Amino acid sequence: MNTAVMNTAVMNTAPDTGGNVMLLVLLLLPVLGALLMYPLRTNVPLAKAVAMATALLEFVLVVVTWVGYSTDAASSGERFQYVFSVPWIPAFGTHLAFGIDGIALVMIALTAFLVPGLMLFAWAEKLPEGRTASGYFALLLATQATLMGVFTATDVFLFYVFFEAMLIPMYFLIGRFGGPNRQYASVKFFLYSLLGGLIMLASLIGLYVTSADQLGAGTFTWSDLQSIAQSTPTSTQIWLFLGFFVAFAIKAPLVPFHTWLPDAGAEAPIVAAVLLVGVLDKVGTFGFLRYCLPLFPQASQVLAPLVLVLAVIGIIYGALLAVGQKDMSRFVAYTSIAHFGFIALGTFAFSSQAFAGATLYMVNHGLSTGMLFVMVGLLVARGGSRLMSDYGGVSKLAPLLAGCLLLAGMSSLALPGTNSFVSEFLVLVGSFPREPVATIIATVGIIFAALYILWFYQQTMQGPVRGNAVIRALEAGGVGGPGAMIDPAVAAERGSGFPDLTKREIGVLAPLIVVIVVLGFFPGPVLDVINPSVQSTITEVGLPDPVPAGGVVGGVR
Amino acid sequence: MTAPPEVLPATGAGSLAWLLFAIPAVSALVLFLAGKRANAWGHVLGVASVLASFVLGVVIFVQTLGVAPDQRTTELSLYSWISSGTLDVDFGLRIDPLSLTFVLLITGVGSLIHIYSVGYMAPHAGAEPSSDSSRRRFFAQLNLFVAAMLVLVLGNNFVLLYLGWEGVGLASYLLIGFYQDRPSAATAAKKAFLMNRVGDVGLALAIFVLWLNLGTLQYTEVFARVGELSGGTILAITLLLLLGACGKSGQFPLQSWLPDAMEGPTPVSALIHAATMVTAGVYLIARTNPIYDLTPTGRVVVALIGVVTLLIGAVIGCAYDDIKKVLAYSTVSQIGYMILAVGLGPAGYALGIFHLLTHGFFKAGLFLGAGSVMHAMNDDVNMRNFGGLGRRMPITFVTFGCGYLALIGFPFLSGYFSKDAIIEAAFGQEGWQGWVYGLAATLAAGLTAFYMTRLMIMTFFGEERWRNLKAPDGEDYHPHESPPVMTGPMIVLAIGSVFAGFVLSAVGLNQWLAPSLGELQESPAGVLPHALVPWLVLACSALGVLVAYLVVGRRPTPVQRPEPVSFPVRAARRDLYANAFNETVIERPGIWLTRALVFLDNRGVDGLVNGLAAGLGGGSARLRRLQTGFVRSYALSMLGGSVFVVAALLAVRFA
Repeated sequence: MNTAVMNTAVMNTAPDTGGNVMLLVLLLLPVLGALLMYPLRTNVPLAKAVAMATALLEFVLVVVTWVGYSTDAASSGERFQYVFSVPWIPAFGTHLAFGIDGIALVMIALTAFLVPGLMLFAWAEKLPEGRTASGYFALLLATQATLMGVFTATDVFLFYVFFEAMLIPMYFLIGRFGGPNRQYASVKFFLYSLLGGLIMLASLIGLYVTSADQLGAGTFTWSDLQSIAQSTPTSTQIWLFLGFFVAFAIKAPLVPFHTWLPDAGAEAPIVAAVLLVGVLDKVGTFGFLRYCLPLFPQASQVLAPLVLVLAVIGIIYGALLAVGQKDMSRFVAYTSIAHFGFIALGTFAFSSQAFAGATLYMVNHGLSTGMLFVMVGLLVARGGSRLMSDYGGVSKLAPLLAGCLLLAGMSSLALPGTNSFVSEFLVLVGSFPREPVATIIATVGIIFAALYILWFYQQTMQGPVRGNAVIRALEAGGVGGPGAMIDPAVAAERGSGFPDLTKREIGVLAPLIVVIVVLGFFPGPVLDVINPSVQSTITEVGLPDPVPAGGVVGGVR
Repeated sequence: MTAPPEVLPATGAGSLAWLLFAIPAVSALVLFLAGKRANAWGHVLGVASVLASFVLGVVIFVQTLGVAPDQRTTELSLYSWISSGTLDVDFGLRIDPLSLTFVLLITGVGSLIHIYSVGYMAPHAGAEPSSDSSRRRFFAQLNLFVAAMLVLVLGNNFVLLYLGWEGVGLASYLLIGFYQDRPSAATAAKKAFLMNRVGDVGLALAIFVLWLNLGTLQYTEVFARVGELSGGTILAITLLLLLGACGKSGQFPLQSWLPDAMEGPTPVSALIHAATMVTAGVYLIARTNPIYDLTPTGRVVVALIGVVTLLIGAVIGCAYDDIKKVLAYSTVSQIGYMILAVGLGPAGYALGIFHLLTHGFFKAGLFLGAGSVMHAMNDDVNMRNFGGLGRRMPITFVTFGCGYLALIGFPFLSGYFSKDAIIEAAFGQEGWQGWVYGLAATLAAGLTAFYMTRLMIMTFFGEERWRNLKAPDGEDYHPHESPPVMTGPMIVLAIGSVFAGFVLSAVGLNQWLAPSLGELQESPAGVLPHALVPWLVLACSALGVLVAYLVVGRRPTPVQRPEPVSFPVRAARRDLYANAFNETVIERPGIWLTRALVFLDNRGVDGLVNGLAAGLGGGSARLRRLQTGFVRSYALSMLGGSVFVVAALLAVRFA
C-alpha cells in the first residue's frame, strides 16, 4: 500500500477535537441516573421516579437523534453521523470515539424504547430479601449505559471495553436479583462471556499490529482499520476473524456456544432477561455486521459456510429444544437461539436484503421476545412458578393476558402483519440467491416456530382451567412465590384469584403491541434508516448484490 | 394464448378498494379493543362492516362491468411496503374480474353467515354473562378473517397474497379453537395452523425462486416475464405453489386438518372451511394461470392431486356418522374437483372458479342447515341420534334439501352445471389422463350421491330415534325450527343453490373471467363424446342415491355404530389412516427426537461446558497442593528444574 493512500486513510480519522456530543450525552445520562440511585436508596419511590425520568429523557433524546439522523447523508457515503472523537491513550492510538450508522441507531433506539417499559414492569416487583429497588434500577440504567456505549463506539478498543463492561451490571442483575439458581447462572454467564471477550482481545491486539505494519502507526479507529481490510492477507484475516467470531458467537449465541443462555435467561429477573436476550445478545450479531464483515471481508467469505452451518443447526435445534422445555423462561431462551440462527444466516448471506433483514430482525426479535418474556413474567407474578405445566386454561381466567401472549407468540413465529415477518422475509428472500440449501432448511424452520409457539399457548392458555400454580392462586387469592407482586394498591385493584391485566401492566404492553403491529405494516421508516448503512457494508465486503434489478434471468448487473 | 390485458390505474369506486378490507379490519380492531363495552352492539358492528364491504364490492363490480373487457384489469398502489436494495414490495391491489368475483363471494356469503351467527351465537337463556363477551370475540375474529381473505384475493403481488394467506390462517386458528376449554378444539386449531404452515413453506419458497429469477413479485411483471424462465424452474415454482394450495385447501397429502377443523362453531365451518378460505388454493392456481400454462407436467400433478383428493374425500364421507364431518369430507372432495379443473389448464380454470362459486352457495347452505339441526338438537352432531327431523324443522329441511340436490348434481340445479362441466372437461383430455380424471370424477359423483343421501335419510327421514335418547349434555332433545335470523340466510343460500349454476352460465361467467384467466378453451372430444357424459354422471348419481336408499333408508338405523365392519369401512372410519400415518411417521419420532435433543443439550453440550469448567477447577485445586509453603520443597523443585534444563542443553549440544 503506497503512502498516498495510507495518508488519506489516516486523514479519514475523525478530528480529535471532539465533535457532536449527543452520543456522549446518551452514554452519560444513564450513568448519572444510576449514580443518583445511591443517595436516593432510602427513598425508594423517589429513586424509582428519578430512574424512570432518566429512562424517559433518554428515550426522548434518542428520538431527537433519530430525527436528526440524515438518511441522505448516509446514502451519499457518510459512514457515521453524530461523530465525536478525542484521544484517549495516545501511546496505543486509542480514541474515545463515537458515531452511529443506521444499524447502530436502530439498536440504541430499541434499547431506549424498552427500558422505560421494563422499569414500569419492575415497578411493583417483589425483590429478594435484602435487595432494594434503587439498586435494581441503578443496575438497569448501568446496563443501558454500557449498551449505548457498545453500539456507538467507533474505536475498536473502546468497543472492547464496553463489550466487557456490559457483563458487570448484568452479572449483578442476575446474581443478586435472579431466581433460585442465580449464583450458578450468573457465574456461568460471566465466565463464558469473559472467555469470548479475552479471545477477542487477542485478535484486537493482532489487528493493531497489522495496522501498524500497513499504516506505519497502530490504530484502533474503525474506519482506518476498515481501509486496510482489503489489503490484509486472507490467512491473517482468518485468524483475526476467528477471535472476534468466537466472542460474538458466544454472545449471540450460536449453537454450540449457547448453553449459558437458557440458564441466564431463566434465572435472570424478567427485566434483565429482556435486556439480556433482547438487546445485549444482539451485540454479538451487531458485531458480525460491524466488525467481522467489514474488517475481515475475505475471511468472512471463506468462513461463511461454517457460520451458515451453525446458523441452520441453530434454527432447527433451537426450535426442537424449545418444544421440549418445561420451564417457560428457558423456553423463550431456546426460541431465541432459533431466531439468532436466522440473524446469522442473513448476516453471512451477503446481500442487501439479507443484511437489512438481519438488522431489522435484531430489532424485531428484541420487541417480540421482550414481550414474550414480559408475558412469562406476568404469568409468574400470578402463579409463582416458571413451570409450564403449572398453568392451564388461563385464557378463561385472564382473556386479555392470553390475547397478549398470543400476539407476542404470533410476532415470534413471524406471522405476516407483525413486525417479525418483514425481517424474516427479508432474511430468507435475501439469503436464497447465494445460499439456497441453508435457506430451504431455514424456511422449514418456520413450521417448528409455529409448533413451539402454539404448543406453549395450548398448554398454558387453552383447555380447562388447570395447573398447580393456577389452582393455588385461585384458592389462596394471591401467592408469595418469587416474582409475585406485593404492591398493596395492585392487590386491592385486582382482588383475589388469577386476575387479568392491571392498568399498569397494560401500560407496559401497549407500546410493545402498537410497535409490533405498526412495524408489520409500515416498516418503511426503520428500513429507510437501515438501508444506506447496509449498502455501505455491502461495499465494504466487496461482493455485489446477487440479484440485480430484473432478476438473474435477463436482468442487468 | 392471447396477450395479457393492459393494467390500468384504478379509478372511481376502484380507488376506494382498500376500504373493502379496511372496514372489516377496523371493525375487528374495535371489537378486540373495546372489550366488554362492545358486548351490547358488537355483533351489529360486525354484520354492518361486512355488509358495507359487500355494498362497496357491488359498486366496484357494476363500475367494472361498465367498461370494455380489456380495460377491466386495474391496479391501485397504496404504498411501498417492504423495500431494500432491488427488492420493492408494493402494498397494492389488483382489481380485476377474478378478484372481484372473490370479493363478492366473500362479502356476500360472509354477510349472510354473519347475520346467521347473530342468532347462532346468541347467548341462550341462563347462560353465563361471559357468553356476551364470547359473541363479541366471535364477531371480531370473523371480521378479521374477512379482512385477511380480502387482502389475499385483492393483493397485486405474491407477498401481499402471503399476508392474506397467513392472516386467514390465524383467523381460522382462532375460530377453530373458539371453544377454548375443549382440548380437542385447541388441538384441532393447532393442527390446522401447522399443516397450513407446511403448505406455506412451499408458497414462501416459490416466492424466493420467483424473486431470484425475475427480481420482482408483482403479478403483472411476473406474468409478463415468466416465459423467460427455464422449464425446470417453472415446474419447480408450480409444484411449490401447489404445496401451498394443498395446505390451505385441504388437498392430499395435507387434507387431514380440514375435518378436525369442524371443532369450530358451525358458521365458521360454513364460511371458512367450506365457502371461502379453503378455496384459496384454487384461487392461487387460477391466479397464477400464466405460470401453469407453461408447464403441462405441473398441470398433470395438480390434476392428479385433485383426483386423489376427490376420491379420498368421497370415500371417507360415506363412513362418518358426524354430520359436520361428512360435510367436511364432502368439502375436501369438492375442492378436489376444483383443483382437478384448474389442473386441466385453459380448458378448466374458469370451470374451477364456476364450481367454486356454486359450491360456495350450496355448501355454505348445507353447513348452516347442519348448524340449524345442531341448534335444535343440543349441539349433538351424531346422525344416529337424529331421524325424522324433516317434520320438526320444515324450513331447514327444505333449504338443506335444495343444497343436497345441488351438490349431487340434480339436473338444472347449481351443481349439475358446474360439476358436469368439470367432468366433461376431464373426459375431454387425451389418452390415460382423460380416462383417469373422468372415471375418478364420475365415480366420486356416485359416492357423493350415496353419502349425501345417507345423510339426508339419517337426519330428516325415518323414525325419530332421539325420542328415546338423552343428549350429550344430559337433557332431553327438543327439536325446533331455528329463529328467522338463522333461517333467512339459509333461504337465500338455498335460492342460490338452485339457481346460481343456471344464472352464472347464462350471464357468461366464463367471458367475464376471461381477462383474468384467458378465454375458456372448449375441451376437445377426448376419450368420451361430450353428449354422453351428463347421462353417465346422472346414472352414476342415481345409482348412488338408490344404493343409499337400499342400505340406509329401508331399514331402521341402529343408534349404536355397527361393529365389527368390513375392512373398507374400517379404513374409511379411520380417515384412510392419514392420521395414523402422521402420528407414526411424524409425531412420535418427533417427540422422541425432541426428548433426545433435550437430553443431549443438557448432558452433552452443556455437560462439555460444565465439564471443562470443572476440569479447570479440579486441575487448579491439584496444582494448588504443590504450593506447600516449605522452602525445602521449592528448593528441590528448583534443583530438579535446573538439572533438567542443563541436561537438555547438554543433550542438544553433544547429540
